[in-house]
This record gives sequence, structure tokens and C-alpha cells, in this order.
Amino acid sequence: MKYAFYPGCVSRGACPELYTATLEVCDILGIELDEDALKSASCTGAGVLQEKNLRLGDTLNARTFAMAEKAGLPLMTICSTCQGVMSQANERLVADPEYLASINEDLKEEGLEYKGTINPKHLLWIIVEDLGMDFFNSKVVRKLEGLKLAPFYGCYLVRPSDALGFNENPERETSLESIIEAVGAEVVDFPGKSLCCGFPILTINPKNSVKMVANHTIDAKDRGADAMVTPCPLCHLNLDGYQPNASSAAKRDIDLPIIHLPQLVGLSLGIAPEKMRLNKHIVSTKKLLSELAVAP
Amino acid sequence: MEVKLSVRRYDPESTNTVSHYQEYQMEMDEASTILDALIQIREDVDGTLSLRCSCRSAICGSCAMRVNGEAGLACNTKVIDVIPSDGTPIVVEPAGNLPVIKDLVVDFQPFWNQVKSVEPWLQPAGEEPEAEYLAPDEDMLHLAGVVSCILCGACVSDCTVLEVDSNFLGPAALAKAYRFVGDPRDDADAKRLETLNQEGGVWDCTRCMKCVEVCPKGVAPMDRIMSLREKVMDAGHTNTNGARHATAFVDSVRHSGWLDELKLPIKSFGIFNLKAMIGLIPLAIRSQRAGKVPPLIHKNIPDVENVRKIFDKVENKK
Repeated sequence: MKYAFYPGCVSRGACPELYTATLEVCDILGIELDEDALKSASCTGAGVLQEKNLRLGDTLNARTFAMAEKAGLPLMTICSTCQGVMSQANERLVADPEYLASINEDLKEEGLEYKGTINPKHLLWIIVEDLGMDFFNSKVVRKLEGLKLAPFYGCYLVRPSDALGFNENPERETSLESIIEAVGAEVVDFPGKSLCCGFPILTINPKNSVKMVANHTIDAKDRGADAMVTPCPLCHLNLDGYQPNASSAAKRDIDLPIIHLPQLVGLSLGIAPEKMRLNKHIVSTKKLLSELAVAP
Repeated sequence: MEVKLSVRRYDPESTNTVSHYQEYQMEMDEASTILDALIQIREDVDGTLSLRCSCRSAICGSCAMRVNGEAGLACNTKVIDVIPSDGTPIVVEPAGNLPVIKDLVVDFQPFWNQVKSVEPWLQPAGEEPEAEYLAPDEDMLHLAGVVSCILCGACVSDCTVLEVDSNFLGPAALAKAYRFVGDPRDDADAKRLETLNQEGGVWDCTRCMKCVEVCPKGVAPMDRIMSLREKVMDAGHTNTNGARHATAFVDSVRHSGWLDELKLPIKSFGIFNLKAMIGLIPLAIRSQRAGKVPPLIHKNIPDVENVRKIFDKVENKK
């Protein structure tokens, strides 16, 4: 299966480990990635650009979709925010042919036209839906037994549920739990798993943002989680990068590693942790990996 | 069909003042709602159960509460739609982010205080007209969604910001503020937008969309908050971290096609904000040690001029 790969800004910026782990995992799972098809694609706007100009956001995303269409490939994302923003833009574009036509007017000069056939998909959904859990299970070579993992989805991968296709694909609602179970780990369910990590207000209201980090990581920890797993690099950046601040604000140790989805999948596929830069986190994964008897 | 409900109980006047869950099992019709079930409990099983309700038709907004952890109106939530597949009971709890008075009844005073603080009444300028104030249909259409608000508090219950900060105005009050800022008959925009630009106002929303998802009336409070941000900036209030963040983000995409993660926090806080700049140092050191620093030289994406052309074309339309 071949996909036009949309890595998003963060996996090429502050989370290089996500990019590396994705390539490793896709290689073993037989997901062929075309890294060139979308090399001229812009940022999705992440909802921030949409605050200022929704039409601009829709035009930029239609441009990306048109590039994937031109390459004749489905589109793969690895970020909850990219996925959500693309799904929402796509819903508006596909629902209104007149609107799409007017957006296409602005793509013409570049020789692009979006016909409305792209269905952007996060790697998480690709594993569960396109590969299927039977296939995925057959690829798992290292069961992570004894490991307790709290899922953390990222808002944009759960809301708005209609734009994300939850009605047609109800398995998406528990897709992260399905992966955790398939790799042999135990799910630590907690109410915060589909709430906000605080990242969007990090530079606007740092105090509230850090409180959110503290609430979620402490709740998961107190329910017995050894680590948290997320398909969203923005959630990772806040929950990992600002955990030391959350720990000081809450006046207690937290020490909860925040693992990217592909890193978790990679561990179960037998990929060496350092190949996925698991040693490159703010909250150390050393203890976790030694408990799993996987050399860090 | 047989239904199991686990209802959170709390009675400050009883001997057991700790909140706890009480299970009820009953026969319900397939068409019945959570409210039907709760009324049946109160009338036939346990008269001490307290809840608020009135119209039973999703009009009055009295019966907002959490069902399986998510806010909604008990009267338009069908029991059959929320029975957990694993055989566990349906969990019914009072609305969140508001103090519980007893069982499923919460104190709405903080909610009303928030709504009142945005002065939810028309403030026109000039002489009073002899008859009604007239407004063209096309100027009022964008308010059709927001005037549907029934003030039930479902959005406030599940707001992720209110969970950590009770000073936030909250989605209901902000949606109400939009309703008046956007009303062509109102002339208090300048004053309203100045207030909304303060701490606890439009910039503190995380854009988590929880309010959009739980609103039973399609008010989409978060979308209104985003529109208010645009209006706040258009009114010239650009000296906030939020406004600087939005501007720096858009500038970065226009300039290079993608996000410059190094510049964004610096531009959001403002380079002359020494306290914030010093506050960033520990994170910078941690990130540097972990090899998690974005590229120091932020390169443009290939063909970035095509992105810039789109910016020009679309922004000219605005």
C-alpha cells in the first residue's frame, strides 16, 4: 500500500523522533511512503491560521489534497492536529461544489485542481482500517506484556466526530486502545484521554497549560500507567516537554514517559529503541525500556 | 428492556456527605430517555433523588448533566443509545465545573455571573426608534445558530479550560457576547471587544472543540470565540500573547510555507518580555540535551512562492 506522506511541521522540527520512527514502522508494515508527492505542501494552518482566515486555510489544504490527487495516492498524516484540520477542511470542500470550484480558481495558476477524492488518514487509522488488526497482529514480534499504557488522543483526532468520520468508522473512537491491546500492553483508561493537553495556550496562558499537563499525567500515573501513548506530536511536546514544570507546579514527581504512537508500534515490531530515538525524550524512557528488557 | 444506571449521589444534609454512586436496575421502553429513567427512579424507587427538569423537550435547558462522562440534556438522550457495550451501567453525573448542591442539581450562580458579565442586552446608540429596531435579514443570519442557545450549561460543564481556571468567561458567555458583538443594532462593540480581550476572555480558549461537540443546539461556541478573536484583532487589540501568536503563526506559513517553531514562542511572548524569555531557557536547555530543537536555519518549503500567491489572492478577497 502506497501513500503520499504528509509529515506535518512538528515531525520535521521539535519531534524528529516521530519522523524517524514512522519511516521504520512503515517499512516493516509494508506501508510505502512517497515523501516527494507533498514536498511543496504547506502547513495545514493547525486551526490557528483558520482563526484569522478560514478560506485561506481551506485553500492551502485543497492545494495539498490536489497534489496527492495528482500523484494518484491516498494521503497519510502522523499528527492529530494535521488530521483534524484536514478532515474539517475536506468536509467543507466536498460538501459544497460551488465553494470547491471557487477555491480551485485560486489553485489554477499552479496547475492544480482538487476534485474532492482525497480522504486524509492518520497512520493510526491506516493500521486499524487499511491494514487491519489481523495483519498487524501477525507482524507483532515482541509482546509488551506487563506494560500499562494510558492513551492520549489529542482533541483534533476525536472532535468534531462527524467531520472525522466516526459515524462511518466507529472503530476510530477506540483505535488507540486497539493498538495498545494488540501490542500486548494493558490499557489504563482515564477521562483525560480525549481532553486538551494544553499545548494551544502554551504561549498564551502558560499557567493553565501546565495545569492541564499536571492533571492528565498525574491522573494517568495514579491509575497505574507506566507511560502515555499519543498519536499527536503537539500533545507529546506539551506532556513531555512541560512535565518538569507540571511536576514543580504540582509539587510531586510525575516521571511519566510520553511515547509517540509509531514508537510504541515499533517496539512491538522489534525495532531497536535508539533507531526510533526513544532516548531523545525530555522525560526519560530508560526505566520503562529496562523494565521491558529492551536495551535503551 | 432492562437498564442499569449508576447515579452519582451527594447530599450535604445526610449522614453520608461523601459523593458516591448508587446503582438502579429497571425496565424501560426502547423509546425512553435518561430523564424518563431518572423520573421513574424518583417516583417509584427512591424519592430522595434530586434533579432539575421542566419541559422534557430540549427547550428549557434545565436537565443538562453528564451521561457516561459527557454533558448533554437528559431529556434528549435516549437510554438505548448510551448503554455501554461491555454490560456496565450507564453512568449519570451532575454537570461539571459547577458546584453540586445535591445529587444531579448544580449551583448555576457562577454560570449566570459569567453570562451577566458580558452584558447580554442590546446597547444601541442614538435616539430610540418609534417602533422596533429594524435589521436586514442578511445581517442577522449569522446569528441564527447562536441565538438557539438555551443556556443549559452543557458547554460549561465540559469546558477543558474552566476545569483548570474558574476565571475563564467560558463558552456560553463568550457565545452570548458574540451574539451582541455581531448584532447590527448594537453599538457597544468597542467596549465589548476591549473587555473580551482581557485575561479570561477570548484568548484563553484552547480550541479543544468540546463545547461544539456537547452543545445540544448547534451553537458551536468555540467557532464564535474564534470569530471574536478575529474581531478583537480587527479592532486593534494586537498587544496580547494570543494576537501575537496568531499573527506570528500566519506570517510563518506565508513566509516559509510551514511553522518556524523556534520563532513562534519568542514572537508570541514578545522578544522584550524578559521574564518570559528567561522562562523559556530551562525548556531550551532540556530540548537541546534531548536533541529536540527545531532546525536553527528554518528553510522555506519548495515552491513557497505559490503559497505566498495564495495568501495574496485569498487575503485580497477578505
